[in-house]
Amino acid sequence: MMNWVSIGSISDIPRRGARCVATPQGKIAVFRTADDQVFAIEDHCPHKGGPLSQGIVHGAAVTCPLHNWVISLETGRALGADEGAVRTIPVRIEGERLFIALEALASRAA
Amino acid sequence: MTEKLVIIGNGMAPGRMLEHLLEKAPDLYQVTIFNAEPRVNYDRIMLSPVLSGEKDYEEIIIHGDGWYIKHGITLYKGHKIVAIDRKAKTVTSDHGVTEPYDKLVIATGSVPFIIPVPGHDLPGVLTYRDLDDVQAMLLAAQSRAKAVVIGGGLLGLEAAAGLNSQGMDVTVLHVMPTLMERQLDPAAGYLLQRAVEQRGIKVITKANTQAITGKGKVEQVELADGTIIPATLVVMAVGIRPNATLAKDAGIAVNRGIVVDAGMRSNDPDIFALGECAEVNGMVYGLVAPLYEMARVAASQLAGDEAAAFVHSDTPTKLKVTGIELFSLGDFAEGEDRQEIVLRDAAAGVYKRLVLRDDRIIGTVLYGETADGAWFNDLKKKQTDISEMRDTLIFGQSYQGGASLDPMAAVAALPDDAEICGCNGVCKGKITGAITAKSLISLDDVRAHTKASASCGSCTGLVEKLMVLTIGDKYNPATVQPMCGCTTLGHDEVRRLIKAKGLKTIPAVMQELEWTTSCGCAKCRPALNYYLVCDWPDEYADDYQSRFINERVHANIQKDGTYSVVPRMWGGVTNAAELRAIADVVDKFEIPMVKVTGGQRIDMLGIRKEDLPAVWADLGQAGFVSGHAYAKGLRTVKTCVGSDWCRFGTQDSTGFGVRIEKFMWGSWTPAKVKMAVSGCPRNCAEATCKDVGVICVDSGYEIHFAGAAGLDIKGTEVLGLVKTEDEALEHIVALMQMYREQGRYLERIYKWAKRIGIAEIKRQIMDDGEKRKAYFDRFVFSQKFAQVDPWSERVSGKDKHEFRPMASVGFAQAAE
Repeated sequence: MMNWVSIGSISDIPRRGARCVATPQGKIAVFRTADDQVFAIEDHCPHKGGPLSQGIVHGAAVTCPLHNWVISLETGRALGADEGAVRTIPVRIEGERLFIALEALASRAA
Repeated sequence: MTEKLVIIGNGMAPGRMLEHLLEKAPDLYQVTIFNAEPRVNYDRIMLSPVLSGEKDYEEIIIHGDGWYIKHGITLYKGHKIVAIDRKAKTVTSDHGVTEPYDKLVIATGSVPFIIPVPGHDLPGVLTYRDLDDVQAMLLAAQSRAKAVVIGGGLLGLEAAAGLNSQGMDVTVLHVMPTLMERQLDPAAGYLLQRAVEQRGIKVITKANTQAITGKGKVEQVELADGTIIPATLVVMAVGIRPNATLAKDAGIAVNRGIVVDAGMRSNDPDIFALGECAEVNGMVYGLVAPLYEMARVAASQLAGDEAAAFVHSDTPTKLKVTGIELFSLGDFAEGEDRQEIVLRDAAAGVYKRLVLRDDRIIGTVLYGETADGAWFNDLKKKQTDISEMRDTLIFGQSYQGGASLDPMAAVAALPDDAEICGCNGVCKGKITGAITAKSLISLDDVRAHTKASASCGSCTGLVEKLMVLTIGDKYNPATVQPMCGCTTLGHDEVRRLIKAKGLKTIPAVMQELEWTTSCGCAKCRPALNYYLVCDWPDEYADDYQSRFINERVHANIQKDGTYSVVPRMWGGVTNAAELRAIADVVDKFEIPMVKVTGGQRIDMLGIRKEDLPAVWADLGQAGFVSGHAYAKGLRTVKTCVGSDWCRFGTQDSTGFGVRIEKFMWGSWTPAKVKMAVSGCPRNCAEATCKDVGVICVDSGYEIHFAGAAGLDIKGTEVLGLVKTEDEALEHIVALMQMYREQGRYLERIYKWAKRIGIAEIKRQIMDDGEKRKAYFDRFVFSQKFAQVDPWSERVSGKDKHEFRPMASVGFAQAAE
């Protein structure tokens, strides 16, 4: 069963920016690209745990603020020569409202 | 014994002739030049980029003043020769200077043709010939009003594009049915017209100018069909004719131009002529390649090689308008004995046409894609039989013998005698030979040794490919290092184009400069944001999403995702109330670490992002503002206690440090800027390793800059000594503005200074009072928009989304 939880409206996030969602399993970074695609990934760079939500968003990728790893928002994988991945979380857009699938998190915690 | 060589005219042809002559026979002549223009020899081909704002005059100088001094050449600037006395063998200038000669070279160039319509002599009617014309046009363009360019040839279109990019409303009048009809067939002329019109330039063909009218100055242009076009500027670019009056008056044989033999000698054996004023074998020339060939021949003759002779060859034509690719060569009229091959790709805006006779290329027109121009030129020159590759010829060289589209392979496949640089007639073998023989590793080296790509620059890409092919990784393309993977342009080119094209948003830059990604990357976006903030302080809206997190939230991110906060302590001075306020904030927010920084202030580390606005609110109550410890901007001004306390102090170094910091805080710079003021040469504030430092002495203030004490260690350079604090401030502020306008993003002052040259910076800041004042004023203007405390803005609610989570979810379920 998918448990979709509302996290707010797409307009809460600046274009080419991100906001955080606090959960018991840690922070989720929710990104909005220049063309209004929305992605959610763990707010934790696979390199040294940098807060990806604080990085510069370009195309469908984010550059980590600590050491400039570039992470794909679609796959969660590091791009370029670096190797590593963060977990992606399913997002749904209903009109203006944004939902994330909470099970995806819970199952990891369990 | 040295003979006296006098040259009349100082354009590109005689300049090149002298270079050859100095190489072949450096001591044969004592050289004197008379230049009617009041300046040195510059690259006339590059006037169009100067007009469009893509280059400065300084960048197109071929021989600076130093070159004439080094070679012992006397140059009379602004002297027009009014008479040649062939009997006495002397020339006389309009200022009354008379100079004897043994050999005389006439290089008087050409004069623009003026259509003798009524009103052609009104103020506001210009020609397009030299730097004075360009400067007059730039002045006229400031009004942003309407301009008419008469003439749709090479020069007229370049003038129109330049005026258009300067913001003028431009109309081109062309008497023929299609543009550039001498170089282009009608199909390519049509494509060109469309491209020109897409830039917002109006084009009227078959336009017969009847009169230019206005009261005391130009107001409108009237055509034969009754059309009236309002204009405050009219540029006549309908052609040139050889300037041979002086020679004619001296009784030298003149036809259309000064008649010379293949050795460039006139009917007076001691008088040579070359350049646009010369007529050889019944032909006169206007493009640079044959003129340079004349220069080579004349130099050889003067050096004693009587066999040197000028041979005619067709020169390709290229249009120097950014974004329009156009190449034309040879004869492309239709005829019974001719066949043609045409390729059109409307979607890509490409048109190519080859004209053949007896299976040999005699003419080529390329529009939209010109990379194969050099190859077609080569086939034409060698009269290669193309019947074998006829079916695929038009697709270009890389298509032959395989489908490889690798541009590198195409260059590798060129024969050694293929011409790479049309302006200077340099072939591939000469370039690769020089690279190998002289171990050349930079483009500038290759330009210096071979002249390839040193004139119009359109073959730069080819020359670079040759360098890569010849020396591989050793080629150091430092001069053209792109900003990032999103563009091929370097920082300096981008900065110049932002100004020249008036680009005022990041999307506009990316669109106009053809970024290859949709919204850039983490390298180019912060750089572009800085350039736009710096260049348009009052108009540009800062794009926070293009700033690094530290500048977005005005604090320094730490490895665990918390932040550190450093309030400003002006000049490193504090007091009990401020220290008490800091102590209270540390207690209230349980800040785990408090540390004194190297810049004489206090750092609080380990603050949670959500707490930042509350921390700032409390600090703000005590009068603190942001210390910009996170910024590519002014950080600290470190001071010693100076004359107020110290027994050695010579000036009030503390007070001056505080004054500098209060004047300059909030300004964004290419990289961080740290300063210091020491009250005496004992230098307790360590000013001699700072970006900018001041050492106070009895006689005033010694200003230092370009120090480093980080990854690199470097003592400062001395900018100069000034007497008063006010002067010291003006010089420092001007220096900072010069760096702001020229520095590449993330380039510290010492690296910028190394690139620009210490002497040049001193010249502009110390010696040129006008420049200094202009820099100072621009800095002051920009500060009006920059000096806003970012902390108090955020305490008042700006960007509040930054500091709190969007939502908290799942906690209830977790508790169950």
